[in-house]
Amino acid sequence: MEKRNNKAWLYLLPALAFLVVFLVYPLIDVFVYSLEEGYNSASQSYYGIGLYNFSYVLHDPYFIQALKNTFILVFITVPLSTILALLISLALSSIKKLKEAFETIYFLPYVTNTLAVGLVFMILFKPTAYSNGLINMLLSLFGMGPIDFIDGPYWAKMLVLCIYTIWVVLPFKILVLTGALASVNREYYDAARVDGTGKIRTFFKITLPLISPILFYLVITGFIGAFKAYSDAVALFGTNLNVAEMNTLVGYIYDMLYGASGGYPSYASAAAVILFAIVLTITCINLLISRKHVHY
Amino acid sequence: MEYHELYAKEKRHQKIINFLKYAFLTFWALVVLFPFYWMILSSLKSYSAYNSEYIPQFITLEPTLENYAYALNEVPLADYFVNTLIFTLLTTIIMLIVTILAAYAFARLNFKGKNLLFTACLALMMIPNELVIITNFVTITDWNMRNTFLGLILPSVTSVFYIYLLKENFAAVPDELYYAAKVDGTSDLKYLFKVLLPICKPTVITVAILKIIECWNSYVWPRLITDDENYFLVSNGIQAIRESGFGRENIPAMMAAVVMISLPLIILFLLFRKKIMAGVSRGGLKG
Repeated sequence: MEKRNNKAWLYLLPALAFLVVFLVYPLIDVFVYSLEEGYNSASQSYYGIGLYNFSYVLHDPYFIQALKNTFILVFITVPLSTILALLISLALSSIKKLKEAFETIYFLPYVTNTLAVGLVFMILFKPTAYSNGLINMLLSLFGMGPIDFIDGPYWAKMLVLCIYTIWVVLPFKILVLTGALASVNREYYDAARVDGTGKIRTFFKITLPLISPILFYLVITGFIGAFKAYSDAVALFGTNLNVAEMNTLVGYIYDMLYGASGGYPSYASAAAVILFAIVLTITCINLLISRKHVHY
Repeated sequence: MEYHELYAKEKRHQKIINFLKYAFLTFWALVVLFPFYWMILSSLKSYSAYNSEYIPQFITLEPTLENYAYALNEVPLADYFVNTLIFTLLTTIIMLIVTILAAYAFARLNFKGKNLLFTACLALMMIPNELVIITNFVTITDWNMRNTFLGLILPSVTSVFYIYLLKENFAAVPDELYYAAKVDGTSDLKYLFKVLLPICKPTVITVAILKIIECWNSYVWPRLITDDENYFLVSNGIQAIRESGFGRENIPAMMAAVVMISLPLIILFLLFRKKIMAGVSRGGLKG
């Protein structure tokens, strides 16, 4: 027994070493960093312990901007993408012909490089030498525009970011929801049909309750994912997000850590802890709501 | 007669609904595919043709490959590719070895505190990357591993989720096989590689593919840890092209680079479509 005990630890050793060095230690360390005031990365010294870093970050206009952007992005894209994914999945699971082809196409954005395809979205919205770009051309058909989506007004940039974010997150949601819909027992639908229940009523009384756990799972992971938005914004507006007024919380952390305005791991840590606290709070609220409403 | 009328009406109704469904699905398929079409199309237009368009053209009558040659010559795109390939393969291989060993210990071996340790590992799954990346950045900098492959790879290896996924799969293999192997005097390591892994090959492949996708698209960590062009991955390369361009803003060449960067994963996806989709629906993390 003793020998087998040792052997097990031998198998675990590499994984545990990686986990401790790159996950557990940093987790503790980030809280320590966030409390060390006036940390100097060159001399690795600091003045004292306190909440100054948090106060600095919370008073930084760039942080406030990033906070605002992230919240707008989260509260627009999560509900919209979930509803859109639900509609698509419902249509998808009620057809037979071409179903696989549609599923494959819808999943494609998942396997593409966010930065690379973000550039494509940028040029769709961006003016070229002699034209206002493709999207503006389409808008002009409806008598609108032209709007400078990439360097123009705040709402236009936010709109592009939201559209791209939804485009990026939909594949995962569609995939999971289609799976959930397929796992609903056919007998419930047959029973409803025998009772002469209408389609809409069947959806709200049978389908929705049965897939509600998955739906809430998607909402929760959607919130978590959306709060971490960053590379989509970089793809559309470049790395200098503060100037573009399009920075996100995660972007703020990285800018504080490294880059033109970087070199402040303490501020970055404080911002990371704040982000974590926000995500944790939202997730808890989501879980509380789901406990009330999920019918399982 | 009434029945026939009702039936015909219902049929018509059904047809309209079906049409609307397909129209909606086709519309969304176009929304998904159009950026890809536009990316390929723009990469085939010549620089002068692209920039002299007063109205964006949906087709090109003079497709050219000059942008691809230009993109490959002007920036070290091929080097970025090789770097990404090295990074992706090494990270995936190390991750597989580490993960398989740990999953085997959790699934098959007995030791004190196993359940406690496994629960602790599961709890680690909830730790967001943003929280630990700051210290990892400092650690790697302290170890003088900035602009090295080791610095890129080491923090990217850990994946608690894959340990969990493999452990579940290993545990589902009947105990009898293990005892039979033990009676035959097979060692644990040999049993793992000769019996367990071949049985669990589908899951191992899924995990490997998911990790490859993750590595190929990773941007944040490589950006933090490399500022030497020689160690850029494709994501950083494409970002560098976006920021400083090819000396001038050359959208067609940029799109050629984007096509070349996207292609490997799209091919991988088309080859392993079913596996990837099943794997992601079990444990996708993006979205």
